[in-house]
Order: sequence, then structure tokens, then C-alpha cells
Amino acid sequence: MIKHFVAPGVFLAALLILPLVHSQTDKPRSPAPTAPGLDGWGRPIIAPAKDREAAPAPRHDISGIWDPADASGTQVLGAKAFPEDGKPEHRLPYTPLGLEALKRTKPGNGIRSVLPTETNDPVYTCDPQGFPRADLHELRTTQILQTPQNVTILYQYNKIWRVIWTDGRELPKDPEPRWFGYSVAKWVDDYTLVVETIGTDERTWVDRAGRPHSADLRVEERFHRTDQDHLELTVTIDDPKMYTKPWVALDKFVFDLQPASFDVREMICSPSEFELYNSLIGNTASDKDSH
Amino acid sequence: MRNNLAAILLAVVGLLAVSVPVFAHHGYAAYDTDRKVTLKGTVTRWIWSNPHCMIQLDVTDDSGHVVRWITETENPTTMSRSGWTDKSIKVGEQITVIALPVKNGNPAGRILEVVLSSGERLPGRVNPATQVKPDDSPKP
Repeated sequence: MIKHFVAPGVFLAALLILPLVHSQTDKPRSPAPTAPGLDGWGRPIIAPAKDREAAPAPRHDISGIWDPADASGTQVLGAKAFPEDGKPEHRLPYTPLGLEALKRTKPGNGIRSVLPTETNDPVYTCDPQGFPRADLHELRTTQILQTPQNVTILYQYNKIWRVIWTDGRELPKDPEPRWFGYSVAKWVDDYTLVVETIGTDERTWVDRAGRPHSADLRVEERFHRTDQDHLELTVTIDDPKMYTKPWVALDKFVFDLQPASFDVREMICSPSEFELYNSLIGNTASDKDSH
Repeated sequence: MRNNLAAILLAVVGLLAVSVPVFAHHGYAAYDTDRKVTLKGTVTRWIWSNPHCMIQLDVTDDSGHVVRWITETENPTTMSRSGWTDKSIKVGEQITVIALPVKNGNPAGRILEVVLSSGERLPGRVNPATQVKPDDSPKP
């Protein structure tokens, strides 16, 4: 929800009487800049004590409200394990087709970034991120629910969810593409759930850097609970049409367990808010006419 | 010497040619990351929303012209982790914004820091610096 505070009258008064520097008695603001991060209810986010030995991981259980241990889930340069930063070790093994597809994407970040009004990143028009981008861009507070039949992941960004079936079913053959694909999983040991996903829509990007994928993309996620308070996620991309070999996009990304009372803030792509942003600064920064 | 009631509002726009790290791009293509500007002015609009929060402020330049600047930082979810809230900025307040200016010379910038009228400082959000070679594009 946008809060607009437009006060032309205040502006006129300020022009006349406001001194350059003043020190009035202002009411303290809440919270202070050094306050801890807050959840959606305005309550402190708690990180597990680093000097405390965590309890053992529960068996076959990755449920909970999980917050990235650091802020690196945003992944603005692309997949965290392979950011598009120009470093040789971060060059992906593109096929010729993959390189051609890469050239068609115009991201707003990274070494190939373009101006805000020139990007064709689908999320700029609030198209769904889809999968695996939900893991590889704006990965934030993540809630995982479990039933005997499935695991449901609730993502903060755009308030979306995906269902992962654990009832033993097979992946569908030649399925209709979906933004978030089709996922099945099985426990490979007491603490590791391995998820396979196919059938993702080709319109989505793999990550913020505009890495492409085909309809043949296959993604593996490994959720490994290391102890009571920590969960690691590893994501592997396998798309022989675009890449000559599989590559690890996210490598043991760590989440901290939050209390069950944690409220997740909304973070939603709103077309009207994007339009306002473009009218105020997006077009201005790109030297387009703004109204 | 202070002249509180009759003084003409003076705001200084300082263009400081300071060397700052080349930032990893989080939408930084439009910004000049080698300079920063210091804007002292009156808040005319405060928008706490996605995709980025924005502060609009009126700044009077050396020749007495009022220039309306628009500055941005990150989204509310990110900024809430740095202590910002929807109530952090007040319309009508005189603040100082230190920002990266846009390359095209328009009055727009990316917030590095805000200093409130109380002296309280609010940090902007800028991603860690990364050396970027624009011509080092992926090759087969």
C-alpha cells in the first residue's frame, strides 16, 4: 500500500521560514537506525545464538519459518554461486543456443545491465518470477509447511507458493508448462530432501542476470537440515539445450529458523506502484519524458 | 549568523568529486558511481513502497532556484532491516540526502545516507562493491 504525503502548503511555508540548520526538540523516531531488523509485525528478527550448540535436527522435517542467515538471498547479480560479475570463474558453460538466448535478455543489473526503461526483465511488468528464479532472486523469509503428502513452500517475494509432492508420484511426461513447474521429492537420508522440478515456462529467467532456460530445464534442490536451527539449500541447473553441463546456482545457502510467531512482511510487485516509480524516477534516470 | 524568520532558504548542492568504489549493479546503470551529491532541502514527498522507496525534496541551488530532486533507496522489506519504517521521513522536514547522481544530469539520485533534522542518520542500501568489467561478456 502506498503512502503519499504531498504537502505543497508546507513547502511554501518552508521556503519562507525554514532555517538552514535547526535543532528542535523532535520526538524520538521508532525504531532507531541501530535497531535490529523487524518482522512484518514490527517485532525483532532473532538470529540463533552463534555460541549456542543447536539441538539435533529432527528427522524428515524441514518445516518452519526460515530467514536467510545473511542478506545474500537477493542475488542482484544473478545466482549467488555464479554471479554475472565478469570474473572468469563465474562464466557459465553456455551452448551456442544458450548464448543466443542470453543475448536477448536485457537485465537491469550486472555487467550487461541496461537503463530502467530499456530492460525486458519480465518481473518489471510484475510477471511471475517462476521457478527456479524464486530460489535465485529475492530469496527472503521462507515458510515451509509439511503434510504426509507434500511440502509447501511459501515465498515472501510476491507472496507465492509452490507444492512439492512427496507421495511417491512420478513427474508428468510432457506436461503443460507452468510458471513454477512440477515438483516431486524424496528423502535421501533422515535430514535431506531432494526435489526434482520440470515443466517450467520458458518465458521466465533463471535469475536476475537474465540467464535463459529451455522447456527441458530440470532443477534439483537439496534441502538439508543441519541441526534444529539451520537449513541449507543447494540448487543445481541442468538444461542441455542451454548449458553444456549442469551447474550449481546456489550452494548450501543457509537459513536460520525463526520463532513460529514470526510475521512475514508483504513484498509484492504492484503494477500501479511500478508505474508510480517509473513516473517519478525510472523515466528521469533514463532521460525519458515523465509526467 | 542565523536569520530564522526572514532568511531566504539556502540549500547547498555540493558536488563532491570523490572517488567511490565501482558498485555492483543493483539497477546502477543510470548512476554515476564516481561522484556523490549532498542535497539539503525540504521533503515534499515520501513514498514507502515497492519497487523502491523514494524521497522527493526541494533544494535551492546557489542561484536561488528551487530544484525538485527525486532520490531512491531499496524496497521497504530491505530498508526495514536497516532500521527504516514508513514513519522515518516526514513531509515538510528539512533533511540532508547524500546520493549518487544520475549520469544524464537530471535531478535524481540513489541514496547513500539521510541525515534527519534531529541529526539522526539513516543508512542507504548499496550493495558491496565489485569490480565489474563491462566488456568481459560471456563467451562460449
